[in-house]
Amino acid sequence: MQHLSIFPILIPLLFGAIMLLPPISRDLTSQRISAVTGTLLLLISSAVLLFKVDHEGVQLYALGGWQAPFGIALVADRMSTLLVSVSSFLAFAVMLFAIAGRDKGGAYFHPLFMFQIMGINGAFLTGDIFNLFVFFEVLLIASYALLVHSGGKQKTQAALHYVILNLVGSSLFLFGLGILYGTLGTLNMADMAIKVGQLEGETATLAKTGALLLLVVFGLKAAMLPMHFWLPKTYSSASAPVAALFAIMTKVGIYSIFRVFTLIFGDEAGELANIATPWLWALALLTITIGTVGVFASPSLKVLSANLVMVSSGSLLACAAIGSEVATSAALYYMVHSTLASAGLFLLADLLARQRGKAEDRFVRSRAFLQPRLLGFGFAISALSLIGMPPLSGFVGKVMMLQATQTTVQTMWVWPLILIGSLAALITLSRAGTTLFWRHSGSVAPEAEPAKATEIAGIALLLLASPVLVLFGGEISAFTLQAAANVHDILFSAYGLLPGAIQ
Amino acid sequence: MEGIYAFCVGLLTACGIFLALRGRTFSVVIGLTLLSYAVNLFLFASGRLKIDAAAVLGQSEQYSDPLPQALVLTAIVIGFAMTAFVVILAMRARADLGNDHVDGVLPTNETDTSHRSGGSH
Repeated sequence: MQHLSIFPILIPLLFGAIMLLPPISRDLTSQRISAVTGTLLLLISSAVLLFKVDHEGVQLYALGGWQAPFGIALVADRMSTLLVSVSSFLAFAVMLFAIAGRDKGGAYFHPLFMFQIMGINGAFLTGDIFNLFVFFEVLLIASYALLVHSGGKQKTQAALHYVILNLVGSSLFLFGLGILYGTLGTLNMADMAIKVGQLEGETATLAKTGALLLLVVFGLKAAMLPMHFWLPKTYSSASAPVAALFAIMTKVGIYSIFRVFTLIFGDEAGELANIATPWLWALALLTITIGTVGVFASPSLKVLSANLVMVSSGSLLACAAIGSEVATSAALYYMVHSTLASAGLFLLADLLARQRGKAEDRFVRSRAFLQPRLLGFGFAISALSLIGMPPLSGFVGKVMMLQATQTTVQTMWVWPLILIGSLAALITLSRAGTTLFWRHSGSVAPEAEPAKATEIAGIALLLLASPVLVLFGGEISAFTLQAAANVHDILFSAYGLLPGAIQ
Repeated sequence: MEGIYAFCVGLLTACGIFLALRGRTFSVVIGLTLLSYAVNLFLFASGRLKIDAAAVLGQSEQYSDPLPQALVLTAIVIGFAMTAFVVILAMRARADLGNDHVDGVLPTNETDTSHRSGGSH
């Protein structure tokens, strides 16, 4: 199957388009059926692709038969395929949750969801930096519409900030691309990685400007300080399935940082080698700090989850700053874990909020839960995994990150911040759990209704991923290590992808 | 030619950023539009500015790089769609929140800021 690597983009595109057409678009049930079928097919095809990439090596797909560097290439290597599989799994689980009723707030939820998945998968798979911009825009415009889905004052307010910030970000992205194209004369990432080493003098300075503009844009997506202000408000005001899907959006930014600043502007880039590292260090550490402060100050479970997303973003940026293979491998493992775990918490927060009446998910004394055992068990798993307590995947991920620090100075900065971040999560989540589950008035809210079966299934899938990540930890970390080695190896991921390139 | 071109792009960017930093959605939308004009011109120039050079081979002695022109077309289309979206969102926000400030609430010392932030009442 030579076309397998484009399936993660084509399947959501086709299903999204079909769902916009009359026979299906008029009927909610058939929309739900096709959405679940679509995400399931997507999950299967990404799993097959993951298996194939692991066994046969990187899959290069030249769109329209135009060979790189002239045409646009899709590069399904270990790193991109892993993240595509994660996003497909996330999409399936979140869709299961959404079809229980959260998709009813407005029209076209399912097509928009599909288009957003298409944008995310495309951004992971593409090997062309302008194409990356295009897929960013695809996922952004779908996310704008999903964010205001089912309406409300808060959502409009958050969406206005989010949309304006991202539009400015898109302009900066294009400025950066224009500068890089003007200096390097190519947009293919592998080709750029080869050519960037030859730049010197003024041209190198110009290319550095372009590269750092790209860092700003990716930082905006990844909620890197000082571009993080949009995140807590956006994530906490979005409806639950949308917020859970957004859990992977910050990872798209981080992934792009890894791609651009370890492959193109990595060790081999001559005058421009590792230009982002000094910035990444300071900003990553500050992001963790501000995220931790935010965790302490969170008044409700959704805001808390949003701030935890920021802490994890900061930790991943710190891995990008370390810039070694081990650090990249740790970051990949942690990315998988934190995407699934935080998505699980967003979905769970919605279930909790619906059973507490007016108090919703705020940390105040309120009604008792209708299903305290089920929700409490879910909350405990999700909290343990997000804090990073053994035996769940957060622990493994954090240990891998801590072990990745190389020098004493790195250890001195990274260890305390990551550990304090975990402590903050521990304190806040235990306080949250105590308040939510134990400090109640004893009676169940009259409007509370039990969680539906598909909702529980969706959350269970996401939460079960955490123990699975630990059980198969050896295989997965071997895989991420291999993926990281490929990304750091310019012979593999630049020369290897361009048949005509001479070293 | 390069000087004038660069000056125009710079001026458009400066105006765009200035307007995007204002408090009312209308001026912000205008600012974003100017910014996207600036970026389109800038992308076009990234293939170098040449006179009497067609993008199609055989039409003229010199030829220019066709790729930036394709990039600009893509950028124009995307920019247009995004502007349309943000205009609708701004109108929705005006209706939902009762004012056209980007934060959804008017600043407290209204008399002081109303003429400065470019809005009319």
